[in-house]
Amino acid sequence: MHMADALLSPTVGGVMWGATACLLGYASSKLKAEKDDSRIPLMGVLGAFIFAAQMINFSIPGTGSSGHLGGGLILAALLGPHAAFLTIASVLAVQALFFADGGLLAMGCNIFNLGFFPCYLAYPLIYKPLAGAVSSRGRLMAASLIAAVAGLQLGAFGVVLQTTASGISELPFSSFVMLMQPIHLGIGVVEGVVTALLLGFLHRVRPELFGAARPATASRPLRPIIIGLALAAMLVGGSMSWFASADPDGLEWAMAKVSGKEELHAPEAGIHGTLDALQKRIAFLPDYNFKSTEEPEAVPAGNEGNTPEPWPNVAVGTSLSGVLGGFMTLCLAGLLGFAVRKFHAKA
Amino acid sequence: MSHHILEVKDLCYCYPDGTPALADINVTIHHGESVGLVGANGAGKSTLLQHLCGSLLPQSGRIRVGDFPVSQGTLHEVRRTVGMVFQDPDDQLFMPTVAEDVAFGPLNIGLTPDEAAVRVDEALRMVGAEHLKNRPPYRLSGGEKRGIAIAAVLACSPDILVMDEPSANLDPRSRRLLIKLLRGFTHTKVVATHDLDLVLDLCERTIVLHEGRIMADGPTKSIFNNSELLYACALEPPLSMQTCPVCNGN
Amino acid sequence: MSIENALFELRRLDELARQDTPLHRLDARAKVLATVFFLISLLSLNRYEVARLLPYAAFPWLLAVLGNIPLAVLFRRAALALPFVLMVGLFNPLLDRTVLVHFGPLAVTGGMLSFTSIVLRAILAVTTGLALVAVTGFDNICRALGRMGLPSVFLVQLQFLYRYIFVLAAEATRMMHARSLRCAKSSRPSLREYRSLLGCLLLRTLDRAGRVHQAMLCRGFDGSMPGYGHTTSFGAAEVRFCLVCGLYLVAVRIFDLPLLLGGLAGGLFR
Ligand SMILES: Nc1ncnc2c1ncn2[C@@H]1O[C@H](COP(=O)(O)OP(=O)(O)OP(=O)(O)O)[C@@H](O)[C@H]1O
Ligand SMILES: [Mg+2]
Repeated sequence: MHMADALLSPTVGGVMWGATACLLGYASSKLKAEKDDSRIPLMGVLGAFIFAAQMINFSIPGTGSSGHLGGGLILAALLGPHAAFLTIASVLAVQALFFADGGLLAMGCNIFNLGFFPCYLAYPLIYKPLAGAVSSRGRLMAASLIAAVAGLQLGAFGVVLQTTASGISELPFSSFVMLMQPIHLGIGVVEGVVTALLLGFLHRVRPELFGAARPATASRPLRPIIIGLALAAMLVGGSMSWFASADPDGLEWAMAKVSGKEELHAPEAGIHGTLDALQKRIAFLPDYNFKSTEEPEAVPAGNEGNTPEPWPNVAVGTSLSGVLGGFMTLCLAGLLGFAVRKFHAKA
Repeated sequence: MSHHILEVKDLCYCYPDGTPALADINVTIHHGESVGLVGANGAGKSTLLQHLCGSLLPQSGRIRVGDFPVSQGTLHEVRRTVGMVFQDPDDQLFMPTVAEDVAFGPLNIGLTPDEAAVRVDEALRMVGAEHLKNRPPYRLSGGEKRGIAIAAVLACSPDILVMDEPSANLDPRSRRLLIKLLRGFTHTKVVATHDLDLVLDLCERTIVLHEGRIMADGPTKSIFNNSELLYACALEPPLSMQTCPVCNGN
Repeated sequence: MSIENALFELRRLDELARQDTPLHRLDARAKVLATVFFLISLLSLNRYEVARLLPYAAFPWLLAVLGNIPLAVLFRRAALALPFVLMVGLFNPLLDRTVLVHFGPLAVTGGMLSFTSIVLRAILAVTTGLALVAVTGFDNICRALGRMGLPSVFLVQLQFLYRYIFVLAAEATRMMHARSLRCAKSSRPSLREYRSLLGCLLLRTLDRAGRVHQAMLCRGFDGSMPGYGHTTSFGAAEVRFCLVCGLYLVAVRIFDLPLLLGGLAGGLFR
């Protein structure tokens, strides 16, 4: 599920863009260091494949619905985490730019949710150790299934966190979680099955492809899985409990935890800080001068608390003039446009 | 520089999955020659061409291009000497615009952007495609793509042009234009194709491949007149040399 | 969305971006910057704002007019992009029932206001994003991002991806056609068919990647892409464009333009 601009506050969008930009830089530098120049065309063409594959639906047996490949996990299995992260980011960029899936500000969130979790958590911590070096069908299926489900659950949780933190949607955190996680359980299962089928097929017809990508640490498969699962559980549980106490700092902590990396802390704080300051600045600027007609209510839990806007209370007079003025501005903008077009036609 | 520009000695090649593709290939090609490489599907034409441009390295035997033996260390020189036009132009045109695509080779050789721009104009003029300069490759027709792919290779100014099925997917007119274009080049040419009429028009010498082996190597006319040989190699004489089925040669 | 439709949309935006207007000629960085600023200014407004969002429509409208982009293209996509936003936004009127305004007998709740606001935001953000692509073009946006500091590895393969979407989508379409011609009854492939279809497509994709790489090597590729030529620079026109857009966006963010105008109108009528 793609995060949308309309549900996002610039602070959250900016923070997530910051984290994503850091990851893009990190992945690019890693890739450059690998010096494998056949990667670039491979990434581009595979990205185009994912793009096309996302539009081919199949009917899910036993249900009336259809499913398709998401792509994060299979990219990671074929390309390794860094190249896969860049590739999935590119797919999302094209979708955001041309199909308005998500949006430009939300692109940071989307790349993070659909790229970071499958490539940097689900793949190395779950898929790789579980699938092992010589994969039987069963192992491949199990590894893909668990990794895909985990990746998508985390991604969906990311959407929930980002939406709630933005405070545009009224949906309380807990209900949103209850809405999103089960949906993505289904999507995750589909993703896992399709990924396993495709990888199994490739294993059969192109065994040489997997020669290089074999994990070296096949001997102790269980530890990373446990660490991965524990991390995920901690993440989910921790942020839930923090939310239950409606402590805005808890959210901050959870966000930092989600991004996972220690080195991301500083830039994140920096960007967050500046954006925050900017937003505070803007928030001080004159707003609607509503006169209070009703008792102000409490700021709903989950509003990030950076900009504790008072519950606006609107008087009929001002709001009427607001609506009237709105239409007038629209007309004015329209007139401006027509004028420009006229002017253009002449020039 | 030696007299013959391309020399293949005892070349054998097996694909990683065990498919034998080439066996005991011996070919010498001289400066300015124009050679047709014919053979049925799966005969090994593309595999041989890939060896000539260093995309595949010989498993046994050796290949010499110009003054260099083809090996890991000389790939750079080999690729500057040999210009390869791929079977599917979509594989070859990967840059955002035609001009950038044609400039890709020259810039990689180390030319400055200005020098490269001159080369681009020159190459595009040679194939008659100046007007396509700023178009993206995915907005071109098949024939236009083929023309640009050839221009992109010409811009690297290779000594030898190696082409894999250049006339595939072209309409009769584009095909004729292509033949005219290729005839105008003074380069050494190696053309792998199923289009025997094109070979007849363009190449004075023909090599027949069958199941990875060279079955014949000689003047085009005499090979194409030997219909026994052609049928044995799962080929058919070019249309222009077959007797008319309607009037039966009368 | 079917592949054919997706390709059609891509081609259409691509076509629009190939026009030659003063706005198209502007350095892509200026347009990207203005759009980012637009989004920040728009989305930082309070969630109950409805009227104040309207002046923001001037920006995409202006892009569309100056760039000669049909509004229908923008709005159609905007409508298709709404579902997720609507799904989440619809909870607002249900959950937030505090009455904020009375229009005669009609009581407007906070949820209704914020829902309207979400929908407006979505439409404005989506149309602006599409307008940006339509007046700039994908390559130019990539170049602009590169000049603004995004890693080149990322951008180069992003451009590869865009290039090969057209090839692979055509391949996928052909496969789907071939399949549907041979089976009349179901329009959607079963999981088994799906695996074979996608498996084949994936194999061909990998082969193609190999061939593309070979083609690059044959033309002297040594791991680094040659720098793209920069045809535009950030000149006076760009500065002017950014200034005008920036000032307008700051102005509508600070001042309540509709309220001012409405007050003015109210004063006149009285
Ligand atoms: N990547 C590959 N892996 C395994 N075998 C291959 C591969 N490519 C080609 N072959 C096999 O090698 C043999 C020669 O193939 P090649 O592509 O050189 O034939 P060709 O003469 O170019 O055929 P066509 O006229 O169809 O293009 C064939 O038997 C083919 O099946
Ligand atoms: Mg071939």
